[in-house]
Amino acid sequence: MSAPETFMEQKTALAAKAEVHNLDFYYGDFRALKSIEMTVYERQVTALIGPSGCGKSTFLRCFNRMHDLYPGNRYDGRILLQPDNSNLLAPQVDPIEVRMRIGMVFQKPNPFPKSIFENVAYGLRVRGEGSRRRIEEKVEQSLQDAALWDEVKDRLHQPAYNLSGGQQQRLCIARALATDPELLLFDEPTSALDPIATTSIEELIHDLKERVTILIVTHNMQQAARVSDFTAYMYLGELIEFGVTDELFIKPKKKRTEDYITGRFG
Amino acid sequence: MKPTDLQTHIAAAKRREALFAALGLVALMIGILTFATLFADMAWKGLGRLDVDFFTHFPSRRASHAGILSAWVGSTLVMLVTAFFAVPLGVAAGIYLEEYSRKNWITDLIEINITNLAGVPSIVYGLLALGLFVYQFGFGQSILSAGLTLALLILPVVIVATREAIRAIPQVIREGSYALGATRWQTVRYHILPYSSAGILTGVIIGMARAIGETAPIITIGALTFIAFLPPSPVKAEPPFFSVDWLFSPFTVMPIQMFNWTSRPEAAFQVNAAAAGFVLVLMTLAMNGLAIWLRYRLRKRIKW
Amino acid sequence: MAALVSVFTTVGIVYILVRESVLFFQHVPIGDFLTDRQWTPLFDDAHFGIVALLSGTATSSAVALAIAIPLGTVVAIYLSEFAPFRLREVAKPFLELLGGVPTIVYGYFALLFVTPLLQRIYPELPGFNLLSAGIVMGIMIIPYVSSISEDAMRAVPMSLREGSYAMGATRLQTALRVVVPAAFSGLASAYILGISRAVGETMILAVAAGMQPNLTFNPLEPAATITAYIVQVALGDLPHGSVGYQTIFAAGLTLMVFTLACNVMGHFLRKRFREAY
Repeated sequence: MSAPETFMEQKTALAAKAEVHNLDFYYGDFRALKSIEMTVYERQVTALIGPSGCGKSTFLRCFNRMHDLYPGNRYDGRILLQPDNSNLLAPQVDPIEVRMRIGMVFQKPNPFPKSIFENVAYGLRVRGEGSRRRIEEKVEQSLQDAALWDEVKDRLHQPAYNLSGGQQQRLCIARALATDPELLLFDEPTSALDPIATTSIEELIHDLKERVTILIVTHNMQQAARVSDFTAYMYLGELIEFGVTDELFIKPKKKRTEDYITGRFG
Repeated sequence: MKPTDLQTHIAAAKRREALFAALGLVALMIGILTFATLFADMAWKGLGRLDVDFFTHFPSRRASHAGILSAWVGSTLVMLVTAFFAVPLGVAAGIYLEEYSRKNWITDLIEINITNLAGVPSIVYGLLALGLFVYQFGFGQSILSAGLTLALLILPVVIVATREAIRAIPQVIREGSYALGATRWQTVRYHILPYSSAGILTGVIIGMARAIGETAPIITIGALTFIAFLPPSPVKAEPPFFSVDWLFSPFTVMPIQMFNWTSRPEAAFQVNAAAAGFVLVLMTLAMNGLAIWLRYRLRKRIKW
Repeated sequence: MAALVSVFTTVGIVYILVRESVLFFQHVPIGDFLTDRQWTPLFDDAHFGIVALLSGTATSSAVALAIAIPLGTVVAIYLSEFAPFRLREVAKPFLELLGGVPTIVYGYFALLFVTPLLQRIYPELPGFNLLSAGIVMGIMIIPYVSSISEDAMRAVPMSLREGSYAMGATRLQTALRVVVPAAFSGLASAYILGISRAVGETMILAVAAGMQPNLTFNPLEPAATITAYIVQVALGDLPHGSVGYQTIFAAGLTLMVFTLACNVMGHFLRKRFREAY
């Protein structure tokens, strides 16, 4: 990992990509997220860990306004996206605009019922990109970035469903990359994959962080330790501790964090 | 892409979306509007014609004297026969398929068969009835033939409704009954049937609503369009007090009466047709509405 | 035991149709049946070309489907992807009611309301024509098409839609580019069943399109369909066993073969989309 040694060095060397201020989230009357305060640093991998039901996926989905799709949800607080300092959660901000700047990769690979090429091109077409040449360039570029190009370059127009699970997930990553997102959200991206596919995705994440900020939810602590620069531990909707990954895992500041990491409960 | 380009693009996409939503609503409205127009048109033209005479007179060459007596009596009698055959057969078949049968190719064949029959045009049922019931079996052009034909027609509806109602019963109830030592028949009789009866009833009502409005098969088996008499009454004054002559009598039904009047060029008959149509639509609406309401009540009440 | 009644019904239908048709074809060679351009079996100079009836069926069905398929699909997309829950709960039973109106009433409507209405726009329209019948038939079929299509679309898992929304797509884009292609086999099954329904419809056509067999593909003309012909014969008095009597079975057989093929195809497509998810 290339994260600097101490947290103090962190704060001066890195820029913030997103700042979360006092975030509450309600499913109807149920307060699922409580006063979350956190910074996501630019071009770093931040992991969200915690036991089931702690709210990490809920938190992740606030970033791209996914909760807007279902009735009865409410945000309270701000998520400021840099460099323009705009509040993603503001009601006047169109969720579509937010989702065009922030990409997402889901737990279970969900390629569209289209060809491999069209899957990656989807984001561009939805944006109204008309130039065939630009689309082709972008598709190839994204598939290369997702380490999938060599495997599919001869069958770009075959259905995406023919790919294996690991390949489909890389396809979904390529799809998200094609629109040059500023922030990439991963919601437990390898929990449905076998160990070999998992490793390849983790390596990919490591390479991708050079160009895009990554926020990843994982229920697998070892994965968080392998892959991330920063880790946030959540429990029952609260952010318990946030810090440099190495520090958090070796010497957590809170007892509750320590209990989780050492496996006293899960 | 510059931010402002993106914003204009999003705005355009949202405009298209609003347009489509409007289009969807319009398409929905077309159906609703047609129905409303149809209903209003018939009410407008026919309501004035509806009086006691209309219901108690036979059809006549003079439009103002014509009535639907033979038609609605015929419809009622035919419906009785239809229900008499369709309900027991359909429910029994449904119970058999859900509770007794095993998953083999015979069952598959029967299921495919039922689905096919549901899609056969009604006039083909009429042809079947003509060849088979009227001539081969010798029932003649009678109420019995009509009732049997319609029973076959709505059989798939009843069977499917029965099966769905039975399937909604959770397995634990059956298991509870068997665990107490009940036989399959006892389980069916004391648990399955009572719990599914509302669902079955809904299906039967829908089937009957369909049967009342069917014209083509009845025409095919030869219901006459100008009947100025009623079938003989099933109850007689002397022993054996009950007669089945009415089953074999010629007859007519409501939709055919309407068809007959619609086909006449004189405006007065068209008014009669509108009145008859109004009655028909009201009946089918009431039955379908009842079935829908029953289904809604059922969904709300049953909390397994 | 009781379930076998349904088998008996199918067997019965097939038996009667085939038996009478066999007798028919003993009188009329099948080549003539398929190629003769006139259908006048009751005249002294009898012709038995079923094409004349087929053209009536085809034209009226084409008009009906031109209305039912686009509108039915749009309604289905709207109800499945756009409409608020409350609206959907009200609209669905309503569409069911629409499908429950007796077809003779639709026939009346076509003849005595739609035709005069159309005649105001186009005064040369004959009193009996395929267009009014086709239009009313189309509106009647909309609920069939829309309910199966909607089921197919609702079966598409939410994860696919989320993937599309996460890319910044609007609801319309998601509906048209992701949901509809994913539900395709269900939509195809809905369309095929709509075709089958249109072809088998009898009363609307018997009343509004006239019963004069006429080899034409112009909806502005009157013509008889296969189904209307059967009604016309049944209304008259034909001796049992005559060639005229047998013609209705031959016609019915043609109809049955076609609708059966449609229904089987539609059924398999429907099974496929259910299994895919």
